[in-house]
Amino acid sequence: MSAHLFVLGLPLLSSVVLALVSSLTTSTLVNVAGTFLTFLASIALLIHRPEPSLWLFIDDFNVSLVVLTAFVGFTTSVFSAGYISRERKEGHLTRRHLRFYHAMYQAFLFTMLLALMANNLGLMWVAIEAATLTTVLMVSLYRTREAIEAAWKYFILCSVGIALALFGTILVYLAAQPVMGPGPEAMAWTHVIKSSAAFEPALLSLAFVFLLVGYGTKVGLAPLHAWLPDAHAEGPTPISAVLSGLLLNVALYALLRFKMILAANGAALAPGPLMVAMGLSSLGLAAFMLYKRDDIKRLFAFSSIEHMGIITFAFGMGGALSNFAGLLHMTMHSLTKSAIFFAVGIISQISGTKNIANIRGIATSHPVLGWSFLIAVAAIAGLPPMGVFMSEFLVVSSTFARQPLLAIPVMAGLLIAFGALIWKTQNMVFSKPSIEASQTYAPWALAPMFAHLALVILAGIWLPEPLVAWFKAVAGMLG
Amino acid sequence: MTIALQYDTAHLIGAMVLLFGFQLLYQRRIKAVLSTFALQAGALSLAAAWQAYIQNAPHLYVTAAIALVFKAFFVPFALNWLVKRLGIHRSVETALGVGPTMLIGVVLVALSIMLVLPVTQGASALTRENLALAMSVVLLGLLMMITRHNAVTQVVGFMALENGLILAAVGVKGMPLVVEMSVAFSVLVAMILFGIFFFRIRERFDSLELHYLETVRGDRL
Repeated sequence: MSAHLFVLGLPLLSSVVLALVSSLTTSTLVNVAGTFLTFLASIALLIHRPEPSLWLFIDDFNVSLVVLTAFVGFTTSVFSAGYISRERKEGHLTRRHLRFYHAMYQAFLFTMLLALMANNLGLMWVAIEAATLTTVLMVSLYRTREAIEAAWKYFILCSVGIALALFGTILVYLAAQPVMGPGPEAMAWTHVIKSSAAFEPALLSLAFVFLLVGYGTKVGLAPLHAWLPDAHAEGPTPISAVLSGLLLNVALYALLRFKMILAANGAALAPGPLMVAMGLSSLGLAAFMLYKRDDIKRLFAFSSIEHMGIITFAFGMGGALSNFAGLLHMTMHSLTKSAIFFAVGIISQISGTKNIANIRGIATSHPVLGWSFLIAVAAIAGLPPMGVFMSEFLVVSSTFARQPLLAIPVMAGLLIAFGALIWKTQNMVFSKPSIEASQTYAPWALAPMFAHLALVILAGIWLPEPLVAWFKAVAGMLG
Repeated sequence: MTIALQYDTAHLIGAMVLLFGFQLLYQRRIKAVLSTFALQAGALSLAAAWQAYIQNAPHLYVTAAIALVFKAFFVPFALNWLVKRLGIHRSVETALGVGPTMLIGVVLVALSIMLVLPVTQGASALTRENLALAMSVVLLGLLMMITRHNAVTQVVGFMALENGLILAAVGVKGMPLVVEMSVAFSVLVAMILFGIFFFRIRERFDSLELHYLETVRGDRL
């Protein structure tokens, strides 16, 4: 059996097992073990790549995202172990909720990995739809009024989004079918991309508009982002981490696969300008919205909108350097943002609030947590020498080289967002402490965050040569 | 049977689905909305069965059966029961009057015909016109979701939109995974609707009106 089947099978199996186990210790252990084995299996994909089939395939592009997804899935499960046991102790969650939560967590990872590896465009859609289902259920986990409101909003907006994406997928098949004949080949990405030059360009253009709006909703691009802050704020924090770190990436990945089909066609509408426009509007809107936030999880949810805007902008610009920057930023944002949510989870647990105004002086009361939180925020705000700075620098400089005028709004957006994040964080980290030092957390709960931050700092200083070559190859593929 | 007759029948059934889409827009009582939706799902089931017959694609009969059993009977029945059981307002709350909504609906249908027909010249006549009808149904469903405040009618709007998608999918010859897609949609709707929301919303709010959803702290945007 090949490694990619393990990558898919392990989370699915764990999900079934976790649905049956009701002991908290056992289920957190199974959860961590399951994600760890999935991560190992995904590493094996780097070494040996299975033959593509009509349903699943692994290429340069998705293998990096599969590894990233499995890695963040693993670290988040470690963080989740500490987070969830505290929530259970404080009585926010019942035993039944926990069983449900763990089963859904693994099911969510399964759908993400399936969406990444799917060769069949319909299968990819089904996987993303199932991911919506699992995350909606997890967002509503706490059963508070706000959580249900958030889940409802998420369900309605993203269901419409994926419905439109399905319409786009049907249109792509309609374009492929006269050329390739009916059947599953006309939906397999590896086959479609080879014949797409002969497709009806107008039909592909129409399809892309639906796909952009559809999957764009899931990416959280303005003006379709309304679900994102609520879903991040009201669900359990490990879910916020995987929503920002993984789900948004996977939705963007789906969109990029279709962009490649359009690029290979040549005569269809250029997807670039549309993506640039949506990326810039997300960046601009989120940068200003950051100032008005008073909920710590919402603050970083808006920061995710901002960063997905930057990434979409970079891929919209296209060309080797911008695509490279986009890929790097996708990776860096995933790692940094989930690290931030790990810190935020601990902070909101020890302080008992999510209100920014009531969280003060963490660096005084809990120095290690406070300082690493500050480093993580500095990283996401784009301070050197962290990886996010590198990728943002590349986005701006590649834009300057080709469209200097477009670089101005990007720069402005980055600076405005930077100001907001530093301003909001300053009081939380320094000033007179509001959290009692007696509130403690398990020291190992910080380990996942340290792992992510170490990678982000390392990437900012030194990117290994094979990784660079690899990103370059993928950037070339993306056109 | 001649090809022309096959096509005309397919279009007739597709047009029926669209007509019920319009009818959904002017219902003022939730019970009537649900009945109309059941009729639309019945017409969709007929459309899928007809496509299964003329394309000689037996798997589409499964899609037809799902549409008939799940959407035409189970969902309207269960929603009716919920509405009664929970004592939700029996009348439909509209954000926009019926007249303007219908007018916008007509514009949307014209728009989808103008969009779809020119870009599908390569495809067969059957697919082209079916797709134009399906896209109209999708847009009408979207319109219904936007102009109705009530959670029940919003869900019906979403399922009407989904009916349009299934209509599009069955009309394209040889489309793979149609059955899986209709199953995926049904599971989504069923799980979220009955497993989580209606009971939970009832627990937390006093009604299913979505105005209550507008009070999420600080983030109206």
